[in-house]
Amino acid sequence: MESSPSPSLQCPRPLHSSRVIQMAHGGGGRLMSELLGRLLPLLPGSEKPSLRHDGAVVSVADWERLAFTTDSYVVNPLFFPGGDIGKLAVNGTVNDLAMCGAVPKVLSCALIIEEGFPVASLERVLRSMAAAAEVAGIEIITGDTKVVDRGKGDGLYINTAGLGVLPSGILIGPQKIQAGDAIIINGDLGRHAVAVMGARADMVFDPPVESDSVPLHRLVRSLLESGIPVHCLRDATRGGLASTLVELAESSELGIRLFDDKIAVGESVRSACEILGLDPLYLANEGRCVVFVPAKYAEGAVALMRELPEGREAVVIGRVTREHKRMLVVEGQYGTERCVPMLSGEQLPRIC
Amino acid sequence: MRYVEEFRDSARVKALANAIGRVVTRPWRIMEVCGGQTHSIVKYGLDQLLPEGLELIHGPGCPVCVTPTEKIDAAVWVSQQPNVIFCSFGDMLRVPGSSEDLLTTKARGADIRMVHSPLDAVAIARENPEREVVFFAVGFETTAPANAMAAYAARRQALTNFSMIIAHVLVPPAILAILQAEGNRVQGFLAAGHVCSIMGTSEYQLIAATHRVPIVVTGFEPVDIMQGILMCVRQLEVGTFALENQYARVVRPEGNGPARALVAEVFEIVGSDWRGLGELAVSGLALRDAYLSYDAELRFPRPCSVTSIPSACQAGAVLTGQIKPPQCSAFAKACTPEHPLGAPMVSTEGACAAYYHYRRRSIDGVVPVPEFAVS
Repeated sequence: MESSPSPSLQCPRPLHSSRVIQMAHGGGGRLMSELLGRLLPLLPGSEKPSLRHDGAVVSVADWERLAFTTDSYVVNPLFFPGGDIGKLAVNGTVNDLAMCGAVPKVLSCALIIEEGFPVASLERVLRSMAAAAEVAGIEIITGDTKVVDRGKGDGLYINTAGLGVLPSGILIGPQKIQAGDAIIINGDLGRHAVAVMGARADMVFDPPVESDSVPLHRLVRSLLESGIPVHCLRDATRGGLASTLVELAESSELGIRLFDDKIAVGESVRSACEILGLDPLYLANEGRCVVFVPAKYAEGAVALMRELPEGREAVVIGRVTREHKRMLVVEGQYGTERCVPMLSGEQLPRIC
Repeated sequence: MRYVEEFRDSARVKALANAIGRVVTRPWRIMEVCGGQTHSIVKYGLDQLLPEGLELIHGPGCPVCVTPTEKIDAAVWVSQQPNVIFCSFGDMLRVPGSSEDLLTTKARGADIRMVHSPLDAVAIARENPEREVVFFAVGFETTAPANAMAAYAARRQALTNFSMIIAHVLVPPAILAILQAEGNRVQGFLAAGHVCSIMGTSEYQLIAATHRVPIVVTGFEPVDIMQGILMCVRQLEVGTFALENQYARVVRPEGNGPARALVAEVFEIVGSDWRGLGELAVSGLALRDAYLSYDAELRFPRPCSVTSIPSACQAGAVLTGQIKPPQCSAFAKACTPEHPLGAPMVSTEGACAAYYHYRRRSIDGVVPVPEFAVS
């Protein structure tokens, strides 16, 4: 092994090649410019001048209606099985647009970096964002970088805002939900939450649990292009499927019934829930959405969703009813039923 | 999942429900002691499968629920002391003390960490020799061995910066208190399977014989609970008062020897204050003299303070089975999981929280309450 020269004989490293983020990297000066010079080429379309400008100019001439959303990502840890904060920041905002029925077009990306954050990790996150953007077929066209004092951030926070185009005649939302609608979900529950929780607590699952983070706009587009009258779409992220459906029951002023035996939960996620005392209905997902369609279209919608990898396990899990308005009721396997409220606070592991 | 799913099997549950229906000839009242059993009963709607007149009374076996406000106040106070890292199981964090809960204290800047094992707190103490690490050791006999192990491990590692707030209680004294209470309504018990897996069954044998009450040591899955109920009503119908063990796949009559030895090494039995039941003799655990240096309440002496419980909360009556949660005037009105007045609304094992989560539909009057619970 080569011996390294003693520190005193070493030429001091030039400041700008620092391997950790310093306050000056967000200061708007040379260091920041150099950092951006390193990071921006990692993004597709980085040759576009807008990424180095304060804003991007987007042509909207033939975009009849726009969908616009923003979301901030503060996940801890930043890297977990099946994804990282960068992948989430792209897919999450893409999915928010998709749930409006929109075709996502462009994203912004704002980074809030804690002083001392490794540049290599930052590059890894940016590469992951680039890969996710490519998979989703969208562009990141503008952004911002800020550095906060050590101890005043959690390594890295990301905000992404997104613009999407809404085809004419599409109106999707809780106000369209009707009694009799079938409720479809595109797969099993809880993988994102358990992957993150496991990474946080150094828990290893067998088989391993990976986040389900995936863009859902193709699934939505395929439904809309087929002419299926989709009444409502919602991704079941924080608060899980239960909180999502309670919210929709409340805003639609209707009742929702779920069939317990139709809801898929993977073996490892079920085990984690047993051990930690968690309910899979409340676990966060990053690639699961509920689709409300009139009952007669349910079979067609499920078949169509199953043609795409992100909809392979699509299944009808419930229906909308005029009974028990504003409430979610789960029909259990013994013919009994229970009422499921919105998640209150955080899910906390039980004592015993 | 083996050992779980077969005990949730629909056909078995329905067969047991039918068997119970055939055995029962008149009204009976059975208390399931453990909050974990209450949670299963309400979550799976098992009470909806029982014949009319067979009433389940929810017992005090939720450690979060019976921990007195005084201890929460002590925890809140200790967690605010300089240089303290306060570690707790998750569901203790939301239990209201007389001024605030630990989550609020955390938000105001205290270093409060949720751990999954008492040994995690010991590890934090080892990794932070310059900090004082305090663990909130709460629970029944089930968690006592793990909490004893924390003190034992800290002593072996010669850690001087680790201590515990002890809020440990024992099940048999609570059962006795319920049986001896004026107006007791309980005619049979489903004892808590996991407590017995540690302590064995002899204490319960004695209670069953002396108080002429059937006790069935019961597990936590739907099949376990339905079978436990069946065994209990069979005894009630024929008039026997024996201890039976439904949970034999886990519980041995002598319990878990090494776990009991560890508990006996670290803890001694003392009188203890219970939320809802009050002060009960020989009902709790405290550190033995050799371990007193790990007592956080001695290490951080607290100025005297008055602990008050919100007056609308009828946790005591709920915990002793005198009323069902919806019969409390504060239930789902002044008291909700977001703003709990009493601990039974906090833990998922608390009877109030279980009713709030799974029974609100009936409580809100949309459909009638399944009338298993007429008192």
